[in-house]
Amino acid sequence: MATTADPTLIQGPFPGGAGAGSRISSRVRALRPAVILAALYLIVIAIAAIAPSLLTSRDPLEVNLGASLQSPSIEFPFGTDQSGRSVYTRVVYGARESVLIGLGATAVGLLIATALGVAAALGGKVVDGGINRLLEVLFSFPGLLLALLLVAVFGSGASTQILAVGIASAPGYARMIRGQVLQVKNADYVIASRALGHPPGRTLFRTILPNAFRPLVVLATLGVGQAIVWASALSFLGLGVAPPAPEWGAMLDAGRDYIQTAWWLDFFPGAAIVAFTLAATCLGRYFQRRIEGETD
Amino acid sequence: MSETPSITHGGVLERPPRRRLPWQTALKRLLGAIAVMWAAATIAFFLQEISPGDPALSVLGGSGARPSQQQIDAVNEQYGFNRPVLDRYAEFVGDLAQGDLGVSYQYKQPVTDVITEQVGPTMVLMTVSILFAWIIAVASTLISAGHGRLRSSVGSGLETFFAGLPQYWLGLVLLVVFAFELGWFPVTGGTSLDALILPALTLALPLAGFIGQVTRDEFERGLRQPFALSARARGVSEKEVRWRHVLRHALLPGITLSGWAVGATISGAVIVEVIFARPGLGRILVDAVSAQDLPVVVGITLLLAAVYVVVNLLVDLLYVIVDPRMRSSMAVA
Repeated sequence: MATTADPTLIQGPFPGGAGAGSRISSRVRALRPAVILAALYLIVIAIAAIAPSLLTSRDPLEVNLGASLQSPSIEFPFGTDQSGRSVYTRVVYGARESVLIGLGATAVGLLIATALGVAAALGGKVVDGGINRLLEVLFSFPGLLLALLLVAVFGSGASTQILAVGIASAPGYARMIRGQVLQVKNADYVIASRALGHPPGRTLFRTILPNAFRPLVVLATLGVGQAIVWASALSFLGLGVAPPAPEWGAMLDAGRDYIQTAWWLDFFPGAAIVAFTLAATCLGRYFQRRIEGETD
Repeated sequence: MSETPSITHGGVLERPPRRRLPWQTALKRLLGAIAVMWAAATIAFFLQEISPGDPALSVLGGSGARPSQQQIDAVNEQYGFNRPVLDRYAEFVGDLAQGDLGVSYQYKQPVTDVITEQVGPTMVLMTVSILFAWIIAVASTLISAGHGRLRSSVGSGLETFFAGLPQYWLGLVLLVVFAFELGWFPVTGGTSLDALILPALTLALPLAGFIGQVTRDEFERGLRQPFALSARARGVSEKEVRWRHVLRHALLPGITLSGWAVGATISGAVIVEVIFARPGLGRILVDAVSAQDLPVVVGITLLLAAVYVVVNLLVDLLYVIVDPRMRSSMAVA
């Protein structure tokens, strides 16, 4: 089953074995309501990101000075900001940019990490040693600091935000991927693939990577939540997406000036981020339990 | 997913070896840490080199200041920006070895002076936060672990929730509730003691969530271990089993986490200092990042990275002292 390339990476190399379902622990079943809730929230966010007009009829940039800084009401469920813009509408429209930055950063991180991790695991002693040293050095910068250093060097903005958060998260993924590839590379099915005369590239992309990536699904799910938190932290510090773009972190930053009188300006965009991380964590854990349940 | 290795298994009945530091390993690790810091400094230096920004412009107050070409030339001359790269790299590393981090573009004073002015409040904040986090995590473990399913899942739910809270949001919520609405704490109070509580809690609560998750798992595992059973069989009260025997084992993995916790606190301190307008390295760092004052950014980043590396080194050594079983495996690593 080495050819179970992608979409269901969460499946084991031998999925659907007899009784695989029944071996999933009862803890997974106990998690169900939370998992469903998490999945629902992520679906809503996905809708907001793809077609925000389905969830709100207003314009996120529409200024209405007559209705500035109103507290939450039926008309404005999340209140309005200093220019009378609906905070709810802005949170809905902010989903696209925030989620894209989070996904982009995770993708950048995984891409760099895969290159480093695979090279380290398959490239022999010298390459492995070199990459391990490099990772050790990158690890010596606590998370946000590396991102801040990169922003200082390349200037602020959405693209730097994606790169900075992606690069800052790469070392963690890289170590993980290296370990996985090391584990997988001597598995029987890899040897079988080689014995069948498959070229190294095919063995790598069709056999080693899909299997090495399996546990990474969990990490990436958790990682997207974390990436959004970090990216919005940069916006919050005024180093990311610039206002008036309705990005969650930038909204938090803008709302800070009015925090004493208008808590809703910061509360709701922040809550959207918190709910996103929690949902991502919840789903990530669920996948993790499933994988462990199947491989145990 | 490699599972955290259980450190409560085993239970070999032999006299524990004398608790002695493995000096050779320690020395090797120390040299390794110095090499790592040197490499980090090198990366930081060359990042500055490939920066698309013009350092002379940063010195003169950014492109908005519209300095004349003459001024730019003068600054390039004064700061030596037009000297060959390798010359400046050698000088950078040489100065760094002597504790000189260069001159700030923004403040026009040595970076080390800027740092010494600001380092105190940040270190206080970090220490108090980690202390708070440990107290909360241990309390949560003792209250909720091993008292039946409901209490346990409420505890672990809360821990997951807090672990997922970004500091910038938690900080703002605490600020609104306890400073603006209830008025229990000052909104901004510089470095006074009552102004420390909210920032420290902002850092401590998510951290406590993380530590609590680990200590709870280990605690519940510990309660089922033979040593707990044998203590009960000896007639030791349940309370004492929990406090004296199991808790100690549950704290061990937390120690490893402490190294990571310091890293997380460093990142968080940057945000918290901005929210609560607290003086400290984090605020200076954010200002320096937006002004592209690279010597300050690099100086603070390297200092905090050094703190992080040293703490991790100490944690590794501490672990070996606390848990003799780690000794052989560390020598191999």
